[in-house]
Amino acid sequence: MSATAEAHAHPHHATEGGDDTILEHHYDDLEQQHESSMLGMWTFLATEVMFFGGLVGAYIIYRIIYRDDFAAAGRHQNVILGGINTVILLTSSLTMALAVRAAQLRRIREIVIYLVATMVFGAGFLGVKAIEYTTDYREGLFPFAGAWDWEKAQAHSGHAGEHEGESKHEELGESNSTISPKWYATIGTTTPDPAAAKVLPLRNRSQSDHAKLYFTFYFFMTGLHAIHLIIGIVLVGIMALLSWRRWFSGAGETQIETTGLYWHFVDVVWVYLYPALYLIDIHQ
Amino acid sequence: MTSDRHQTLPVSTSVVIFAALLILLFMTIGAAYLDLGPLAVPIAFTIATIKALLIVFYFMHVKFSSTLIKLFSMGASLWVVILLVFTLSDYLGRDLLNIVGK
Repeated sequence: MSATAEAHAHPHHATEGGDDTILEHHYDDLEQQHESSMLGMWTFLATEVMFFGGLVGAYIIYRIIYRDDFAAAGRHQNVILGGINTVILLTSSLTMALAVRAAQLRRIREIVIYLVATMVFGAGFLGVKAIEYTTDYREGLFPFAGAWDWEKAQAHSGHAGEHEGESKHEELGESNSTISPKWYATIGTTTPDPAAAKVLPLRNRSQSDHAKLYFTFYFFMTGLHAIHLIIGIVLVGIMALLSWRRWFSGAGETQIETTGLYWHFVDVVWVYLYPALYLIDIHQ
Repeated sequence: MTSDRHQTLPVSTSVVIFAALLILLFMTIGAAYLDLGPLAVPIAFTIATIKALLIVFYFMHVKFSSTLIKLFSMGASLWVVILLVFTLSDYLGRDLLNIVGK
């Protein structure tokens, strides 16, 4: 550690423009200090990507196997509310990006305003999500606690005619479910007799069961996303409060930027969840 | 000493990216109502990936970050791509060879 390090150790020397960020003693300079925080958050986000990636992967596999039944379930989603929520979340990302910019420019008032705006949009998203969950529960699309009622849901959304047609199939001894025979082994019904295999899984598992599986995925993925958003709102709230109290050195640039990374990540997750859960089946 | 920390983007950049994200959103909703056949899912996820990249590169500042940050951020998606591509190569390609019983 020579004179260079010492020079960098003085906060005002590390960057031009009189940076007031306090340099912790274990960093060489402010640059490295900032970079360490960014790297730490990105490493955490990498684990989060895998966390959601596993869930999305499982969803994709079941969607391939039970394609038509998942599509029938997916058509119960409210595309408009989902779209509104996407706009809300993208807007929150914009205000978050502007909050980070305000922190870089050391404009405390602006930071607080944009962070509070970000929280409001985040809460708005959760509000719309709550409306969607309530509607799902009322329509019998909530797959837990005995609330599942596929027939009620079908009748509710004007798919009644479609369902009647399928009921006739059931009377004929066939299920309303369609699975291509190549998936029998995958879903755990191996039988040496192909003729038997054709009937067995179809009798036991109806469209209702597959739709229930879809909604289990839906509630797990969006629920996990909502939990992340709640954590995000709390984090942004803490940052807003600390900024308002002038608690940070360097206007909390590093802290607000790491919080921003987390917030944008939650936005990116929704960018994938929206088409996967709402959009890809509606044209049929 | 020029610092990455002070790569402050103008407000217009963020607003342009935001507008692009909204346009892509309406494109993906519009595409969902069209009968695109087998292309529907790839198109939906291509648009989603473009949106994600815009957010990652501009809102998350990866475009203006150090090589190390770029490496870590891309590494995150690299592993999930491996997870999905290898899984799908099995589930989508299982009957391609027409081997009886496989």
